[in-house]
Amino acid sequence: MRRIISVLLENEPGALSRVVGLFSQRNYNIETLTVAPTEDESLSRLTVTTSGSDKVIEQITKQLNKLIEVVKLVDLTEGAHIERELMLVKVKATGSQRAEITRTVDIFRGQVVDVNSSVYTVQVTGNSDKLDAFIRSVSEGSVLEVVRSGVSGIARGEKVLSL
Amino acid sequence: MELLSGADMITRFLKDEGVENIYGYPGGAALHIYDALFRQDHVKHILVRHEQAAVHMADGYARATGKAGVVLVTSGPGATNTITGIATAFTDSIPMVVLCGQVPSVLIGEDAFQETDMMGVSRPVVKHNMAIRHPSEIPDVLKKAFYIAQSGRPGPVVVDIPKDMTAPNERFEYVYPKKVKLRSYAPPVRGHSGQIRKAVDMLMSAKRPIIYAGGGVIIGGASKLLTELVDRLNYPVTQTLMGLGCYPGTAKRSVGMLGMHGTYEANEAMHHSDLVLAVGARFDDRVTNATDKFCPGARIIHIDIDPANISKTVGVDVPIVGPVDSVLTDMLALVEESEIEIDQAALDAWWKKIEGWRTVHGGRYEPSTQDSIKPQHVIETLHKVTKGDAFVTSDVGQHQMYAAQYYKFDKPNRWINSGGLGTMGFGLPAAMGIKLNFPEAEVVCVTGEGSIQMNIQELSTCNQYNLPLKVLLLNNEALGMVKQWQDMNYESRHSYSYMDSLPDFTKLVESYGHVGMTVNKLDELESTLEKAFAMKDRLVFINVYVDPKEHVYPMQIARGSMNDMWLSKTERT
Ligand SMILES: Cc1ncc(C[n+]2csc(CCOP(=O)(O)OP(=O)(O)O)c2C)c(N)n1
Ligand SMILES: [Mg+2]
Repeated sequence: MRRIISVLLENEPGALSRVVGLFSQRNYNIETLTVAPTEDESLSRLTVTTSGSDKVIEQITKQLNKLIEVVKLVDLTEGAHIERELMLVKVKATGSQRAEITRTVDIFRGQVVDVNSSVYTVQVTGNSDKLDAFIRSVSEGSVLEVVRSGVSGIARGEKVLSL
Repeated sequence: MELLSGADMITRFLKDEGVENIYGYPGGAALHIYDALFRQDHVKHILVRHEQAAVHMADGYARATGKAGVVLVTSGPGATNTITGIATAFTDSIPMVVLCGQVPSVLIGEDAFQETDMMGVSRPVVKHNMAIRHPSEIPDVLKKAFYIAQSGRPGPVVVDIPKDMTAPNERFEYVYPKKVKLRSYAPPVRGHSGQIRKAVDMLMSAKRPIIYAGGGVIIGGASKLLTELVDRLNYPVTQTLMGLGCYPGTAKRSVGMLGMHGTYEANEAMHHSDLVLAVGARFDDRVTNATDKFCPGARIIHIDIDPANISKTVGVDVPIVGPVDSVLTDMLALVEESEIEIDQAALDAWWKKIEGWRTVHGGRYEPSTQDSIKPQHVIETLHKVTKGDAFVTSDVGQHQMYAAQYYKFDKPNRWINSGGLGTMGFGLPAAMGIKLNFPEAEVVCVTGEGSIQMNIQELSTCNQYNLPLKVLLLNNEALGMVKQWQDMNYESRHSYSYMDSLPDFTKLVESYGHVGMTVNKLDELESTLEKAFAMKDRLVFINVYVDPKEHVYPMQIARGSMNDMWLSKTERT
């Protein structure tokens, strides 16, 4: 099952490589990974999406917790949460395609962020399924380049992951 | 306020931390530190002949005392040579601090001479590693290193020290930090009382209980408490390879080692039990055999300080995360209070069954003859000559298993072997680390002619520092354990498992300044060992030729249950 694990990490050199190293050493899989400092600059927030049996997920969270630089973590998928991913897509846009793409972008509440005579660059945000759906709905062969940020997530309501 | 250079801070910190001996090998990036060592006389440095041996020496000391061993090496090859030793300590949860020189910080990343990314190379085999980024950090980083290495589930910590951090002409304030604060690291201090209560109820109402005790009992300093619990309940106890000695091996309630080369009775008792109390053990594959067939009728209680060990390989019913000594103390108190009466009739019947199992194999082996000495017999003779009271280190192979099976350890911290990683070359340097710190004790390294040659150069270190330990070589002229597997699984195709062109060990050890003895005949065995152990002030290397065809039994049958075993070359369960 797909999980979103959110980690509060000491913002130290080498801390990220320990997390990534753990996944490869123990044969866990990483689907997406995002990391950036938080409002407290001594801390980074790392979000990893992964999948595996309950037993594997339990090991992943326990092994992550054992890393000295991991301050706290939460499996967001255990509760109500919001997940977002940002995608930049370059699509071929000439002639009648231009209007069709603009319509699709509107449906997905995306934005065209750069334009020239033959190419649109589109920004779409949402959960990963929505981004997948956008790519599927742009006619085949017209996608030139896709950049995805990986998933970020946060719990709904009062629950916070902090010190 | 005191101003010290980074290098002087290191030696001063070691003194303040109470470190007496460190083990190492110098080189460019570590030379400021070596100069600081030269200018003080509190910390003694032992110069090995290969960095791997320095780590095993520190490891032997740590296993015998529970305190972190300390290693000092230079960058690049000095650092990479420690990796096998660090991995050995990591796998067995041994506290250790490894100080590695590094090229000056301005050169890092430029492929400088003797630059290796030691942080990266060591990452998967350390509990933690840290790099010094400013000389003033040295006391705090070192304090953290010792704290992390020795607390919680212990393990090795590497500290990477760029050369400019130890420059002699830059001085900074030194204060010995008495405490450490780490917001992201808080090892458990007590077990959950509700879980402990539940566990005690289960323990008291069991009909076929067994206590499965691992290395965590010894590392956690809980051998006495475990012994108390076992004796109070009159339950059988089995020990892992790492746990030998945590309960007296010669006592009735011990059914011996379990697992791949465990006793028949330990493996049967595990398989037929209705309750397993695992203490400081990790359900390793060399213990469980096929996990889906593991102890089918048993409910399992698991005490461990590392939550990641819980239900990692085998699912457990009642996990208790906490230090073994504290949890066992709580359990003992609850056992006294418990209103549940142990079903004595069921327990008697269980013991009767176990007594029956004891007679099935009973550690039997074909007797030695004048010209064919059995390796098991050598270990039994060693036990007799040393009165069962020696520190016994071993290498890896058949000799290791014979030592584990036939030297009945009555005390913890006496059996010193690389259980988890199985590192050939461990035995001699580990014995050196122990002999150095316990000069009065009898220390013997049981080895094979394959393993001993992996760190034989350390006989020179033994000479330099006068370490009169004993080496007992079970010479089967083969990589015996490999050969045994080839006999059993590859129709005796002995692919590269023989030991050709062996040195004349007596001449070899004599050239290192020690005494060599050889045993070929059975009637020389005991008298030679007596003679060797009587030479208190000399290192004696005893080369005993043993039956090269012997196999280690019992041996679990792969992918079977705990009690699927070969009992000899021809009998199986
Ligand atoms: C460093 C290392 N390399 C390889 C092995 C694999 N191995 C396990 S036992 C063994 C044979 C050891 O031979 P010896 O030391 O003579 O012991 P014996 O089994 O003959 O008693 C080998 C090669 C190992 N454990 N460690
Ligand atoms: Mg051999």
